[in-house]
Amino acid sequence: MAETAVATKTVKLVITRQDAPDSAPYTEEFEVPYRANMNVISALMEIQRNPKKVDGQKTAPVCWESNCLEEVCGACSMVINGKPRQACSSLIDQLEQPVRLAPMKTFPVVRDLVINRERMFNALKRVKAWIPIDGTYDLGPGPRMAETKRQWAYELSKCMTCGVCLESCPNVNDRNSFIGPAAISQVRLFNAHPTGEMNKEERLEALMEDGGIEGCGNSQNCVRSCPKGIPLTTSIAAINKDTTKHLFKKWLGM
Amino acid sequence: MKGNSYLSRKIHSLLGVIPLGLFIIEHMITNYSAYEEGAQGFKDSVKFLNDLPLVFFLELFGIWLPLLFHGVYGLYVAYQSNLNTGRFQYGRNWFFTLQRISGVITFIFIFWHLYQTRLQVMLGNVTHEELGNQMHSITTNGFYFVFYVIGIIAATFHFSNGMWAFLVSWGITIGPRAQRISSYIFMGVFVIVALLFLLSLTAFRGDEFKEAASAALQMTNLV
Repeated sequence: MAETAVATKTVKLVITRQDAPDSAPYTEEFEVPYRANMNVISALMEIQRNPKKVDGQKTAPVCWESNCLEEVCGACSMVINGKPRQACSSLIDQLEQPVRLAPMKTFPVVRDLVINRERMFNALKRVKAWIPIDGTYDLGPGPRMAETKRQWAYELSKCMTCGVCLESCPNVNDRNSFIGPAAISQVRLFNAHPTGEMNKEERLEALMEDGGIEGCGNSQNCVRSCPKGIPLTTSIAAINKDTTKHLFKKWLGM
Repeated sequence: MKGNSYLSRKIHSLLGVIPLGLFIIEHMITNYSAYEEGAQGFKDSVKFLNDLPLVFFLELFGIWLPLLFHGVYGLYVAYQSNLNTGRFQYGRNWFFTLQRISGVITFIFIFWHLYQTRLQVMLGNVTHEELGNQMHSITTNGFYFVFYVIGIIAATFHFSNGMWAFLVSWGITIGPRAQRISSYIFMGVFVIVALLFLLSLTAFRGDEFKEAASAALQMTNLV
């Protein structure tokens, strides 16, 4: 009689875990049944369904964050096989096993793979990454944006504040006050907008204070790591030019 | 460090080019006279520099103070960086790491080099005319020769890669193409500058620099 049983394929995972923000991290190994087209999120869901380690012992289910599952929200960023990226777009078939998952330690770890990206949102507030149009009366339509400009500005607008560029940057750490590449690129985006441009000095000056753009050391890891392919180093250099011009204008009282 | 780190970092960056970048080129040309024109040529070059008007102030504001600020603040900049080439093995990340390592090596090298040469002149142990002989006694010592070769490579790399970074940090080379071409140019500069310094270093080993190396000259060689 022919053999009908199929050898069950499994996915091996090694996960860096942490129970609380202050507790010590530790690793646990898992083995979950394989399904076609799995991604890291669905592997984590398998662990949630049956929270058992590879040795059969029960453990607390692994915590992670995710929302959109299509790489536009930035919530599920984590370190996968050594590189920071989104868990949703990391397909198991394309990953070396065991798949090693760890939180992005540049940010405070909340629990397991969950991190607190608040510093990125604070950075956006600091550089005023928005277009102020509120007023007490109708300001009317703003100036038009050239189509050629809109095309490259659109690329910058793809930023989802996922934190991968900060995780890969050697100058974003406890000893350094560097704001990180994402917010600098957003300054370029809002300074390119015809209405946003009216407040461009405010944004440049926010980057010319302690912990501003000067923290960039040109390692250029950010542009190599960005999941959205945003030209971060071009943005940084362009804002370097704008801040330099602004610096000389201020000195000369222009 | 309190205060505006943007300004400190900009001053650090500017001083690395003006005057320190200009000085390293000047130093290269002066040294190269030892290779090209021998002991007398080197003496003449040193004399030319010392005959410059207000040479004390040129040295103070053109070398000593900028070097002190760039060196000390540079150590702080290096301290502020994580080196993550293990995780991110990209070319520019290696250069980022090498820039910091070469900066620290250069700091130690320049400190020792100044002690052996400029400080000995200041203390009166060596005259300007005897600097060639002093270099001879340094470079014929195997340990110091290797130390100087490492120091020269670190310093010239730090200068060349620093020029590349300067052009980015001041917004001159913006796009990836401009930055790539600039990196080719400055790696070429690194090779040329390092080569000229190394040729001068080997020239100092020649016998014509040997004459009357006094006991006082030998004392700075600790090894």
